[in-house]
Amino acid sequence: MARQMTGAKMVVQALKDQGVDTVFGYPGGAVLPIYDEIFQQNDIKHVLVRHEQGAIHAAEGYARSTGKPGVALVTSGPGATNAVTGLTDALLDSIPIIVLSGQVPTFMIGTDGFQEADTVGITRPCTKHNWLVQDTDDLSRLMHAAFHVATTGRPGPVLVDIPKDVQFATGTYHPKPKSSDFRYQPPLKADTEELTELVAALEVAKRPVFYTGGGVINSGPAASQLLRELVEATGAPITSTLMGLGAYPASGEKWLGMLGMHGLYEANMAMHDCDLMINIGARFDDRITGRTDAFSPNSRKAHIDIDPSSINKVIHVDFPIVGDVAHVLEDMLRIWKARGRKMNREALAKWWQKIDGWREVKCLTYKNSDKIIKPQYALERLEALTKDHDRYITTEVGQHQMWAAQFLGFEDPNRWMTSGGLGTMGYGFPASIGVQMAHPDALVINVAGEASWLMNMQEMGTAVQYRLPVKQFILNNERLGMVRQWQQLLHGERYSSSWSEALPDFVKLAEAFGAKGIQCSDPADLDDAIMEMLNYDGPVIFDCLVEKHENCFPMIPSGKAHNEMLLGDASTEGAIEAGGAVLV
Amino acid sequence: MNALKIKKGSNSHSAYNLRSTFSDVIEQHTLAVVVDNEAGVLARVIGLFSGRGYNIESLTVAEVDHTGKRSRITIVTRGTPQVIEQIKAQLGRIIPVHQVNDLTVEGPSVERELALIKVEGAGDHRVEALRLADIFRAKVVDSTLTSFVFELTGTPDKIDAFAELMRPLGLVELARTGVAALSRGDS
Ligand SMILES: Cc1cc2nc3c(=O)[nH]c(=O)nc-3n(C[C@H](O)[C@H](O)[C@H](O)COP(=O)(O)OP(=O)(O)OC[C@H]3O[C@@H](n4cnc5c(N)ncnc54)[C@H](O)[C@@H]3O)c2cc1C
Ligand SMILES: Cc1ncc(C[n+]2csc(CCOP(=O)(O)OP(=O)(O)O)c2C)c(N)n1
Repeated sequence: MARQMTGAKMVVQALKDQGVDTVFGYPGGAVLPIYDEIFQQNDIKHVLVRHEQGAIHAAEGYARSTGKPGVALVTSGPGATNAVTGLTDALLDSIPIIVLSGQVPTFMIGTDGFQEADTVGITRPCTKHNWLVQDTDDLSRLMHAAFHVATTGRPGPVLVDIPKDVQFATGTYHPKPKSSDFRYQPPLKADTEELTELVAALEVAKRPVFYTGGGVINSGPAASQLLRELVEATGAPITSTLMGLGAYPASGEKWLGMLGMHGLYEANMAMHDCDLMINIGARFDDRITGRTDAFSPNSRKAHIDIDPSSINKVIHVDFPIVGDVAHVLEDMLRIWKARGRKMNREALAKWWQKIDGWREVKCLTYKNSDKIIKPQYALERLEALTKDHDRYITTEVGQHQMWAAQFLGFEDPNRWMTSGGLGTMGYGFPASIGVQMAHPDALVINVAGEASWLMNMQEMGTAVQYRLPVKQFILNNERLGMVRQWQQLLHGERYSSSWSEALPDFVKLAEAFGAKGIQCSDPADLDDAIMEMLNYDGPVIFDCLVEKHENCFPMIPSGKAHNEMLLGDASTEGAIEAGGAVLV
Repeated sequence: MNALKIKKGSNSHSAYNLRSTFSDVIEQHTLAVVVDNEAGVLARVIGLFSGRGYNIESLTVAEVDHTGKRSRITIVTRGTPQVIEQIKAQLGRIIPVHQVNDLTVEGPSVERELALIKVEGAGDHRVEALRLADIFRAKVVDSTLTSFVFELTGTPDKIDAFAELMRPLGLVELARTGVAALSRGDS
């Protein structure tokens, strides 16, 4: 079966064999042979971005919305260094992407050649793994290995650095191996005895809570199905991190909403007061735990995670369970059913009474206005007018991101793309392009802040060129809102460099690119303006002028416990101690 | 709104105060890590330690299986039990890593280090250096009229002790390999 071909052809052949239909990239000297091969075929569509960072985020959006790996292609030197932020983003959020970079020819490596950078050195700490290909005969094997590593176990970004002479030379092409041929095989199934202990603890728990995360999404649609079954069958409440939204439907009866720093009161209180916490594919991030020594002080904790290094990293757990969410939940359900479907129903009913009390607080209440658009109101209207669409949401980073998580409802996994771990401003717009490429007929909306959006606004060119009808819904507060909020609460209202000055006229900007621009500033016009955006067949920049000084609540200040949540401006007086200011 | 009620130097509520429920006893562990000898694998291991702030007391590496292209890295590290567990788990995540063994907890092991020690001097000092070398079973591998190079194999403690004794006798240079270790008995 082995065939002889050039390295450049191998790259394209391997992509085809891996089922890749879309590559996001930007050409340059060191990848010209690969671009030449791309030109001569029709199976793989290449999307020319306007900046390599955009290519990586687009690949991330593609990956998160499909469950398939995303692929990006960049040139050597500056092409590769421009990819670093996206790689780090994908590493922290466990997104499977493969980045192919060109490199100077092998005989020039180490000579400070034109556009030479030590790409594997630079990207070693921000990839799950990377390779410099030294020989054309190794290329196809490493290409296939890259897909295996990126998508197996805890997913992540993999980079393959390909010198130009390796692309030109001829070598042997190895077809795609079976997944089981690779040595790297993280175990998927957990130990039955350990699972039985956890089930036994669940059966007697008085105040259980499921705390779920991005690992459920990573595990695939079956994991979300099994999670739903488990929650319905046991009747226990469920909350999720920012990364896990949609695994359990927001309309579900057992749904407490997102937890954490800007999570819902009922979710955080349930985490604090529970007696059994079952973490399913989440990583006890510091946005979740707050002050670790006061984190859920009276509970026994279980942690289901495919990566052993996530377990006991931050929070000590009583039931460490290493495995893939779908496999573990399947076994857990089976064991629980076999043991007679027991739960402490009486205690659970009381627990729900308590939770319903917390729900009564209605922590997302905000003061609306008929003069100025409140950002929360804008998202409520967006939700109402789009929730029945085949809808995908991406976000930038800041207050708008948190409001989107609070006010939009996700019924299914893979519908919500956001930069959680790295918090990369500039993620959302290119990610929306990646999502739209994967789902041409769907409604794709990027909920943005004006400052974040400007960070990758060059991608307007991409959206227009490929006729991608992505909707850029910008909550324009003319502030770096999240920074401004922290300065207000933690830095004595000294607003150092946290406003957006010299903003473009977004409507004219859209028009300059050949897209549509809409501006709205009156709450009374909002619905019509949103409908105009939805009805336009093409990319839209929606400049939604909102209240400039709105704060995002609830908020657990850094270094505070879950039950020390701030619910609104009135509660912030003196609430944050300076020690918290050293934290991020 | 002034939210700044500062308690000076207060950090009791730091969100990075992560190990409050964990033991803070510092332990020393010797880890044996078998890896594919591919380009950059040592950089990955070292980068892990520097990037995550772990300690390396000593590190040795060499290819031990030339046909299978496997290297064995022996790392002596220090940390709380939780940090040691993290180090092992993090090492296990590195793709070319085959196996991580904690020789300190997995039963008895032998640990040896080799040192070359140059001692310069004359007269009584020279005689005393030779006498002590004999007691420690250090070999003389080079000598001139004014210097010796001793070769000593043993535990790091033994090498420390020998070096301390040589210091007043004219120790001028010391080269150590770091620890190589194997578990005792059949595996
Ligand atoms: C401005 C801002 C504010 C934020 N505020 C909040 C907030 O209030 N609340 C909040 O929740 N987040 C918040 N975040 C996000 C936060 O920083 C983290 O990104 C997020 O909480 C991590 O989510 P996670 O625990 O689900 O982990 P992920 O990063 O999604 O990690 C997934 C975990 O699951 C494991 N896993 C992966 N695949 C599998 C599998 N197949 N089977 C089993 N396990 C698997 C992984 O090993 C990992 O441990 C905020 C981010 C920003 C930028
Ligand atoms: C690349 C990058 N730089 C800086 C930050 C720090 N940061 C976090 S939120 C934020 C402000 C975001 O402003 P905007 O996009 O307008 O959103 P808003 O908070 O106003 O909704 C900043 C600067 C970041 N997350 N990413």
